[in-house]
Amino acid sequence: MGEDNLKKDKLIIAKKKFDSRLIVGTGKYKSMSECAKAIKLSGAEIVTVAVRRVNISNKNKPLLMDYIDPKKITYLPNTAGCFNSKDALRTLRLAREIGGWKLVKLEVLGDKTNLLPDMIETLKTTEVLAKEGFKVMVYCNDDPLMAKRLENSGADAIMPLAAPIGSGLGILNKINIQIIRKQTKLPLIIDAGLGQASDATIAMELGCDGVLVNTAIAKAQNPFLMALAFKNAVVAGRQSYTSGRMSKTLMGNPSSPIEGII
Amino acid sequence: MKKIKIKVNGKVKTVLNNSKLSDLLNNLNISIKKVAIELNQEIIDKKRTSNIKLKKDDKIEIVHFIGGG
Repeated sequence: MGEDNLKKDKLIIAKKKFDSRLIVGTGKYKSMSECAKAIKLSGAEIVTVAVRRVNISNKNKPLLMDYIDPKKITYLPNTAGCFNSKDALRTLRLAREIGGWKLVKLEVLGDKTNLLPDMIETLKTTEVLAKEGFKVMVYCNDDPLMAKRLENSGADAIMPLAAPIGSGLGILNKINIQIIRKQTKLPLIIDAGLGQASDATIAMELGCDGVLVNTAIAKAQNPFLMALAFKNAVVAGRQSYTSGRMSKTLMGNPSSPIEGII
Repeated sequence: MKKIKIKVNGKVKTVLNNSKLSDLLNNLNISIKKVAIELNQEIIDKKRTSNIKLKKDDKIEIVHFIGGG
């Protein structure tokens, strides 16, 4: 792939094209303006958002939409905090109603401490959402068999975790991610658990189509610099993956010619 | 005029009997474009809020997007 071709190398989700392969979350920032600035620096074109009650007692609370324009940045409503199919469906139906959002992130959690996904509820919900015309990006375990089932249930993107949400541990099971990559043509996006920019590069080098990051940027000492670092890391990883790495050898192989040594 | 109690986002609110959902939203200063509304667990078509009369013990949920991962 030449330099020109890299420009044409788009992330395609549910037939929509994006230049950036970095998706960022909008939670955990100190302020809305910090969040908006970090997103701008990250170059992300998709941001995840949560659906919550309007604060009816404080009408002057700043609104996310006033800081991040949904006409310019694609909002990806999530089901954070849902522990069963019923709540997840209710949340996403409401999200769709806010403004016609069909592209959604499904996450159904199974345990309040480790925040790992409940894949049985997730699978069930994916099926219903796909039938209702949603374009579903599904947060899931790094389990190739479950990923296949999600694909068969109508998921539009497979989003396995690197590690538990907000843990910053990086990719725990590279082999499983590679197996999922090999078996699916759907967009494969690493979601949750990344801690630093190099984790994103590794995800991209494993062949993922993108990464989704929130805490690693929001909770960095300098979120703006980390947003930029993730942007560059994703580009570097994608370029590294598409360029095709050299083969590994056990022994050394001199870089300078042997011939002509004095 | 008779007053009734309803619940909005989990909080008890007193409104006039037979007042409309659109009146409530106006009172709360809510921009309809940025929210979704549930009445007794059913999603409301936002274009129809002026046709809906509030009844005693109605449960209304008004949600919007906030920051999240």
